[in-house]
Parts: sequence; C-alpha cells; structure tokens
Amino acid sequence: MIEIHNIHKTFGDKKVLDGVSGVFETGKTNLLLGASGTGKSVLLKCIVGLVKPDIGSVTFDGTYFTNNKLDIRQEIRRKIGMLFQSSALFDSMNVQENVEFPLKMLTPDMSKSERMDRVNFCLKRVGLEGSNKKMPSELSGGMKKRVGIARAIAPNCTYLFCDEPNSGLDPLTALKIDELIKEITEEYNITTIIVTHDMNSVIEIGDKIMFLYEGKKLWEGTRDEIMDTDIRELNEFIFANRLMRDAKKVEEEEREEHQENRESK
Amino acid sequence: MLYHFGKYLLFMSTLVVRGESPRILINRTIDEAILIGINSIMIVAIVSTFIGAVTCVQVSYNLTSALIPRSTIGFMVREMTILELAPTITSIVLAGKVGSSIAGGLGTMQITEQVDALEVMGINSASYLVLPKILASLLVFPMLVTLAMFLSIAGGYVAGTLTGALTAQEYITGIRDAFIPYNIVFALIKSVVFAFLISSLSSFRGYNTAGGALEVGAASTTAVTNSVIAVLIADYVCAELLL
Ligand SMILES: Nc1ncnc2c1ncn2[C@@H]1O[C@H](COP(=O)(O)OP(=O)(O)OP(=O)(O)O)[C@@H](O)[C@H]1O
Ligand SMILES: [Mg+2]
Repeated sequence: MIEIHNIHKTFGDKKVLDGVSGVFETGKTNLLLGASGTGKSVLLKCIVGLVKPDIGSVTFDGTYFTNNKLDIRQEIRRKIGMLFQSSALFDSMNVQENVEFPLKMLTPDMSKSERMDRVNFCLKRVGLEGSNKKMPSELSGGMKKRVGIARAIAPNCTYLFCDEPNSGLDPLTALKIDELIKEITEEYNITTIIVTHDMNSVIEIGDKIMFLYEGKKLWEGTRDEIMDTDIRELNEFIFANRLMRDAKKVEEEEREEHQENRESK
Repeated sequence: MLYHFGKYLLFMSTLVVRGESPRILINRTIDEAILIGINSIMIVAIVSTFIGAVTCVQVSYNLTSALIPRSTIGFMVREMTILELAPTITSIVLAGKVGSSIAGGLGTMQITEQVDALEVMGINSASYLVLPKILASLLVFPMLVTLAMFLSIAGGYVAGTLTGALTAQEYITGIRDAFIPYNIVFALIKSVVFAFLISSLSSFRGYNTAGGALEVGAASTTAVTNSVIAVLIADYVCAELLL
C-alpha cells in the first residue's frame, strides 16, 4: 500500500501539484486519470522520488520515503519497477540486455542461465519473443513501450508504476498490455499505479481511479462509480472520450455495412 | 562561478557515496577505457606525429648559427614535445574528442530519462555512469600521452631527415643529450591531472543537462570549452609547482 499525503509541487511560478493525497492499494490496479499537462507524470515522479515535492510525504507499506535516509530510499527503490512515458530504454544496450540489466544489478546471485530464462519469459509476456538482439533505435514506439514493461517486471517488483503504458499502441495491443498489467498485479499481489488518459483502460482494468484536474484530486472511486459522478470536469473528460469511442464504433459499423453490401452484391 | 564550483564539488562527492560493487565498477571501467582508447588513438597519433614534425622544421629554421651543433634540433624537439606539446596538445585534442562525447552521452541519457530509470532501480546513477568514465580516463590518458611522446619524436626524426635539416645520427645524438627522466614523470603527472579535469568537468556538464536536444548540444560545447580552459590553467600551475 502506498500512501501520499498533501503533495505540493511548483516549477518556477507554475503550481503543478496542489495538495494531492490518497491511498493506492495492494493487489489492485490504481489509475491516475487526467488530461494532458495536469501533473500526472510529475505526481508519479514525486512518489518514486525523482522529483522532490515542495511539501508532502509518501509512505510505502508504512515506511516513510520522502526525505528519509538514502539507504532506506534505495532499499525501497530496489522493489520498484517503472515504465516511463518515453520508455527510457538504455540506448547503448539491445533489448535483451535492457531487460537483463535490472536483474544483473538487483539480483547478483542469479546465474546467467536463470537470468536468460527470466528475460525470455518477460519478453514473451509482452509479445516480443525473438527481438532479443534488436537495438532500441530499431524498435517502433509501441515495441519500446513493451520492452519498457518487460524491463519493469523482470525483477519481481513489489511496486509497479506505468506512465501511459498503452499510449501510441493500437487498440488490440493496448488491451493486451492493460490485461498483462492487471494479471501481474493480481498474480503477485503488488501495488500498481498506472497513469492514463484512456477511458478504455479505466473500464477494462481500473480497480481504483483517481482523477486529477489542474494539480488537484477532484474525484476518487471505482470504475462502476465513475459513470454516475456529478463532477463537471470528469464528466467532460468522460464525454470527450466517449465521443471518440462512439466515432470509432460508427466508423466500424459503417465499414461492416459497406462490406456486407459488397458481399451481397 | 563560485556557485558552479560548489555544485561541481557536490557532484564529485556524490560519486563516491554508495557506489555499486567493485566488480561492476571494474567491468564498467574497462569498457569505458576501451571505448576512450580506441576512439582517440587515431587522432592522437596523427596530431602528435605532425606536432613533432612541425616542431623540428621550425626549430631548424630558427637555428641558423654555425656555432650551435645541428644535434641541438633533436634536443629541442625532445624537450618541447615531452614537457609541453605531447601532454598538453594531446589533452586539448582529447578535451574535444572525449569531453564532448562524455557530455553528449550523459546529456542524452538525462533528457531521455535513462538516468531516472537507473535511479528508480535504486542505482546511484552518478557513480554508476560517471566514476568509470573518470577512472578510465585516468588510466588511458597517460598511455595516449606516452604514445604521443614517441610519435612526435618520431615525427621530428622523419621531418628532420627528409628535409635534410640534420642527419639521422645528429638527431639521435640530440634526443639522447642531457636527458632528464623526471621530465617524463612530470608529463605523465600532467596527463593524469588533465584526464581528471576533462572527464570530471565534462561529466558534470553532461549529467546536469535539463531540457531537450538543444541543451545537450550546449552542454557538449560548454564541456569542451571549460575543459580546455581548465587544462591550460592546470598546465601553468603544474609547471610552477613541479618544475
Ligand atoms: N522539470 C520540469 N520543469 C518545469 N516544468 C515541468 C517539469 N516537469 C513538468 N513540468 C510542468 O508540469 C506540468 C505537468 O506535467 P506532466 O508531465 O505531469 O503532465 P501529464 O499530466 O503527465 O501530461 P501528459 O498526459 O501529456 O503526459 C506541465 O505543465 C509541465 O510543463
Ligand atoms: Mg505524462
């Protein structure tokens, strides 16, 4: 369980986070939902300590994290798997070495063959078996994302953070990735936080959702509750998403109709 | 200025706290050393050979008096290259080559969140990335400078004999005349000092990059200019202190 308490962050004179508090539960997929630029990535970075909050604190399973001693922070960090919005693959290493890297650093007593098994297992789970020797520069954006996920889950992490795991992926792959994250979360009973602005993800896997708007937490609840909120900003957000989905659906229906017409002719 | 110097000192202190295991450090250092060595050996060889050749030709042009034996040319080429030209010019060339690649590499890792990725894994990114680069430079620079000394003296030999300024025998007599072994030690000490300055300043600039591709370019440029200035100042200080 991760608890955040009253997090504030200002860059220059721009207030990015304005007193966000909340609890992220173990064994559940916790979603951070919000429009672009509302501070989702910054909040995630505050939680893992890459950005230092001006005020506020984070605790991991009761252990105080922010401002704690470096040893304790690093101890916690070794249990964190993180997927960055930009994937952040090490571009001097190939896919296999990227996924192997955290294993090498965090579990030095693992043998080479055990490591390779784990690497292949993780790559298989994200559907990238056989790309072991490719360099990051040879991968598409979506493939990089998937390698990023493989690298995050390679050591058995206790906390998994994913910054927009399925942006830039086709709907089918996005769905698979979402399901993969949910599966891992439940299988290993870990605490997962996913940043997203995709309502599909919310409906598929959102056990618990926190809606951010201009640096504030406006709403919190489960996916069953999200459809009947009376928060205007959230409704607008849902509505815009639904419009897009409906448009897609209409397009698909038209295409099907078109195809049927052609076939009947 | 003072602010940057303070930040630089703080940065250097983060390198030595909570590093990775010695085995990883050694492996990384060897990798970096191979990279630095292989990438720079060609340019160092070309530059130092020509420096030796040019020094020889110019000295012989200036030494026209019949009272001074021709072997003095060889003597002067040796003194100038070993004491000053080989270590300093080589280091300035390396400031451009190694400094910019260190700063550019670290800057890119910083803006593409690769450094953050290391941090999240609980790795001290500064010590993991930077310390091997500094150690590798300390190791490789003296080797490159030694090579540069040999090649510049050889370059002087080729230029001197080809232009007929002096005979091979005279040149060899000259370079063996009144040889002070300490000068070699002095040059190697200088090369270690320069190696530290170049690698640490460039790492500092690269590691503290924020922004985008534009800032990476700027960090690279600043790294090279800072390194060159530092090398020249250190060159003067070393000469005052050690000679
Ligand atoms: N290092 C930084 N320095 C200055 N401002 C920053 C920095 N990082 C983020 N910001 C600002 O914080 C705000 C929130 O950024 P953030 O990346 O958290 O958005 P986001 O919610 O993740 O959006 P997106 O969905 O587009 O990724 C932005 O306005 C951005 O300009
Ligand atoms: Mg973001």
